[in-house]
Amino acid sequence: MNMDPNARYTPTHEWVRQEDDVFVYGMTDHAQESMSDIVFIELPEVGSKFKKGDSIGTVESVKAASDLYSPLDGEVIAVNEALVDAPEVINSDPYGAGWIAKFNIAGAVGWDDLLSADKYAELIGE
Amino acid sequence: MTENLKRTELYQWHLDHGGRMVPFAGYEMPVQYPTGPVFEHEVTRNAAGLFDIDHMGQLEVRGPDAEAFVNHIVTYDITQMKLLDAHYALFCYADGGCVDDLFVYKLPDLQAGGQRAYYFLAINAANREKDVAWVKNHAGGFDVEVKDISEETYMLAFQGPKAPEIINRLTKSDLNQVARFTAVQDVILGEVPVLLGRTGYTGEDGFELFLPASQAIRAWEAILKAGEAEGVKPIGLAARDSLRFEACMPLYGHEISATISPVEAGLNFAVSYNKEFIGRDALLKQKLEKPPRSLVGFEMVERGVAREHYPVRFQGQEVGWVTSGMFSPTTKKYLGMALIPRELAARDTELEIVIREKPVKAKVVKKPFYVPAYRR
Repeated sequence: MNMDPNARYTPTHEWVRQEDDVFVYGMTDHAQESMSDIVFIELPEVGSKFKKGDSIGTVESVKAASDLYSPLDGEVIAVNEALVDAPEVINSDPYGAGWIAKFNIAGAVGWDDLLSADKYAELIGE
Repeated sequence: MTENLKRTELYQWHLDHGGRMVPFAGYEMPVQYPTGPVFEHEVTRNAAGLFDIDHMGQLEVRGPDAEAFVNHIVTYDITQMKLLDAHYALFCYADGGCVDDLFVYKLPDLQAGGQRAYYFLAINAANREKDVAWVKNHAGGFDVEVKDISEETYMLAFQGPKAPEIINRLTKSDLNQVARFTAVQDVILGEVPVLLGRTGYTGEDGFELFLPASQAIRAWEAILKAGEAEGVKPIGLAARDSLRFEACMPLYGHEISATISPVEAGLNFAVSYNKEFIGRDALLKQKLEKPPRSLVGFEMVERGVAREHYPVRFQGQEVGWVTSGMFSPTTKKYLGMALIPRELAARDTELEIVIREKPVKAKVVKKPFYVPAYRR
């Protein structure tokens, strides 16, 4: 299972990576693999403020829908609109072109509570 | 798996090839392989796909009264069928609700010297026990023998525009000559004796194969090998569902059920009102009075995936529900079928599908979403 060593993780199989002044967020390789072909995504609205654990959107595979959860307390300042017409990019490139949203670092809380790559690997049994 | 699930002869093969096994109708079946359901759907439409559908059931009805009996219990007039014809039909309750949908094959009864027909019935996996009991319960007064041959019969489907040319590499006879909705007995496929029907549940050309269970792996591997150059792949249940969905073929428990009749589901082509059969009077009454509900196709207008059981609203009022809904890989649209009041069934009627408590706009569209290859 692919992991991004620079990222931190949630128990709900999402990753967060710090890039300049944003936290970039997406689904892990483990998550996309278990969902199989993703055919739809409901992205959060830019400008929305969430608390850690809030449902911020949905991904749907051929057979099932899965919630996306906020990894932190923070504000969404960008979403990956390209996923609207090509949600399958999450399957092919979950840590790169398949990024889902960006949170403002300023005012965000919870980075330190996220799982390290090692802890996440343990969680998914690797 | 904690339940006592049955495994087909191909179970290990599926596992060895990355099949993701799930419980279905009492069996562990592959929902997909590493190729994924969208790819498996597309390869079936563009080349050919091979399906393990051994969980399905098969019944034989033989005897001097076989024709009279089967004609009594299915909606379609089988006396109109020629030997080797195959036709879609339903078993109905007296009130017109569906027991099951099935394919009826009219085959020469070689056990009786080939003078009369026997009937080979291909029934749904999920309804097998129910169907067998129902059929046997109605056999009183008919000189027939009803046999459940599901255990010893293996069923495969080989579907796609390239299926006939590929399967021809394994047989001496030219299977392209087999007309749609007819069968051919004792075809030797590789070295396996097979009953073949030019039938299927995907909207593509192709065949359904009935063979001895002991020969399943052999036949399976022979077909995959024969189609290697064309990229033939094994196909899981997820793609099987999206393929039949695009062709608007009903799935029992969704578009038809004990409380959804063939008339409501738009299946009058499988009902012969000019003969007696169980449920005929109720269905005729429905047809003449026009049923209050109608099965429609719809397309999402706002973004969302409609799925079975989601409520359907019209002008804010709940009026029905989604029977099947999903992303359609071939049309690339988000589509569905729903059972709604007949007055709302006109094309372009604006509906709302309630998705996770939010109403999302949709509109009624024509069915089928994908016109089957053999109907063009």
